[in-house]
Amino acid sequence: MSHPHEAAEFLKDPAKSKWHDETLWFIRDKRDKMSHTVPEWEELRELASTIKDNVLGNLADYLEEFEQNAIKNGVQIHWAKDAEEHNEIVLSILRKKDCTAIVKSKSILTEECHLNPFLEKHGVEVVDTDLGERIVQFLNQPPSHIVLPAIHLKKREISELFHEKLNTEKGNEDPYYLTQAARHHLREKFLAAKVAITGVNFGVAETGEFVVCTNEGNADMGAHLADTHIASMGIEKIIPERKHLAVFLRLLARSATGQNITNYNSHFRSPEKGKEIHIILVDNGRTAQLGRENFRNSLKCIRCGACMNTCPIYRRSGGFSYKSTVPGPIGSILSPGLDLKKHSSLPFASTLCGSCTDVCPVKINIHEQLYLWRQEVTKAQGTSLKGLSMKMGNGIFKSPLSYNYSGKIMRLALKNLPTSMIYNPLNVWGKQRDLPPVPKESFKEWYQKNRK
Amino acid sequence: MINKPTPHIALFIPCYVDQFYPNVAIATLEVLEKLGCKVSYPTNQTCCGQPMANAGFERDTVGTTAHFIETFAAYDYVICPSGSCVLHVKKHSPKAPGLEKEQAALHDKIFEFTEFLTDILGIEKLAGRYPHRIGYHASCHGQRGLRLASCSELHEPPYNKAKKLLENLEGLQWVELARTDECCGFGGTFAVSEEALSVQMGKDRLEDHITHQVEILTGGDMSCIMHLQGIASRQKQSIQFKHLAEILNEAII
Repeated sequence: MSHPHEAAEFLKDPAKSKWHDETLWFIRDKRDKMSHTVPEWEELRELASTIKDNVLGNLADYLEEFEQNAIKNGVQIHWAKDAEEHNEIVLSILRKKDCTAIVKSKSILTEECHLNPFLEKHGVEVVDTDLGERIVQFLNQPPSHIVLPAIHLKKREISELFHEKLNTEKGNEDPYYLTQAARHHLREKFLAAKVAITGVNFGVAETGEFVVCTNEGNADMGAHLADTHIASMGIEKIIPERKHLAVFLRLLARSATGQNITNYNSHFRSPEKGKEIHIILVDNGRTAQLGRENFRNSLKCIRCGACMNTCPIYRRSGGFSYKSTVPGPIGSILSPGLDLKKHSSLPFASTLCGSCTDVCPVKINIHEQLYLWRQEVTKAQGTSLKGLSMKMGNGIFKSPLSYNYSGKIMRLALKNLPTSMIYNPLNVWGKQRDLPPVPKESFKEWYQKNRK
Repeated sequence: MINKPTPHIALFIPCYVDQFYPNVAIATLEVLEKLGCKVSYPTNQTCCGQPMANAGFERDTVGTTAHFIETFAAYDYVICPSGSCVLHVKKHSPKAPGLEKEQAALHDKIFEFTEFLTDILGIEKLAGRYPHRIGYHASCHGQRGLRLASCSELHEPPYNKAKKLLENLEGLQWVELARTDECCGFGGTFAVSEEALSVQMGKDRLEDHITHQVEILTGGDMSCIMHLQGIASRQKQSIQFKHLAEILNEAII
């Protein structure tokens, strides 16, 4: 399914799409206000971008440094070239631990690897412990946003869901009440799980530690109660030194939700006595993206979601319209690298307004990359009808004579054709918009009469 | 300020303005003439190639680009009443083999209409009268591409080149909007390929202007205005639409 189709479906409920737009705009606005309190904001963005340039330029070295230091800390390191390898590694650890129920805190990477269905197929119960993630998991849905997984749902829908799944009072929509119910439910799962899986926000090469950022403390609860902690980490999550966290943590919290600090920035370094920490370093297409000069900057992403909150298309079409693990502008430049055919409509799901690029805390030139992906998509598609008309366009615009001629014909046609022909169902422009009144002459004609 | 006594300015009129909005082109020409500029309109100009390039066919616009460079190479400045087309020429037009020098020179001398007035002519204040409530639509390519105004996402001192030209006109009321620089949803082929979204974005932008009692919606790009005007006309809204050059031309003597 293409993005335009999905977007049109989402817009069929205008009240909900308006609410979705306003909710995310509220977060964008909060991000503006909070980031404006940091006078050196633009310098921080520049610094973060430069640190990431260094990381991407020396990724192999930093990864090895990270691995060596993590091993010194008593952590077990695994390398996975793709989603399949990642999932197999997780399963083999679970089998060794004889574990059939795990808790997982939010990790986009495990979504990307489709870990949940894989483990469920192998008889492992997976419980997502982030509240929003748990909600979408109950509904068998993927997250619709990387920071706010259930942002597409309203309180009423969650109340109905919890009534069904957690036996809460029918019709009680009080957020506090619903959250308490989720806490009680999750507490049992935390206590029962022998293995906890988390994502990784930052892996520090210098120390071998990694940092997980959550607002609910669920990563800590899971990791500390379980005997084994598995951390799934994309290889681009490396930062060289611990002091760089001072740059990224400030940017991340403000960009993501407009908080000045994330509630829990948890550092994991060495396993407790008798316990284990495993880090799975996952490639899954990242090395290929690193090799694409025009698109490598997309790997700077720290998954704050600011580009989604600011995107006028995302706000009005919802996360599911992208059909991609990471939706929104950043997803539209990451996903074509994974499957160009499947995601070919995503680079066109944009007006190239550039707001994503300007909010990005690590200065990824997102809208420029959207433009560049468009060029790749059309090359891969070969000669399509649109391509043919574009080539004809170039023929017209190369030659002033044919341009004048076709312009005149167009104006004549618009003036003289009956309205029913101009606004027929094939004329998409005219479905909800009028065309401007047709002038009697072009500027060129006027100029030749009045100035020459 | 312009150094040469009489630099020769070429008017670059976007193809859809030439065909649909000749009055915008006339206003652009007349304002520049009123400000003492020597202006010509090279009549063999066509299009900059933007619609094709943004649709993913930049590689097919080499001929169009070469023609564009040849048409404008001889002039001191090239002025265009569209931020979007200027951005395309500067940022996205493909390399034209054999015209590298001319192409590089062109990128330094092509300007969007308002930035030419404020940055090159150095206009601080325009005298004139325009007693109307004006809502300004910041077109994205002018806004975030050419930085014609400070952007809400960035931390920078506030400025707005269009506002600078309008705010001193006698009687003019500049209307502050709820979302100062959100996209209207035109986006070239996006307007058709993502029709539902495009129209919703346009309706939302229009509503911001209408709830703030804007009398005339203006901007620097007729493409966005054509889209917003098309929606307003279908909804039978009374709000009017004018390019910034038309307002200036009516206001100044």
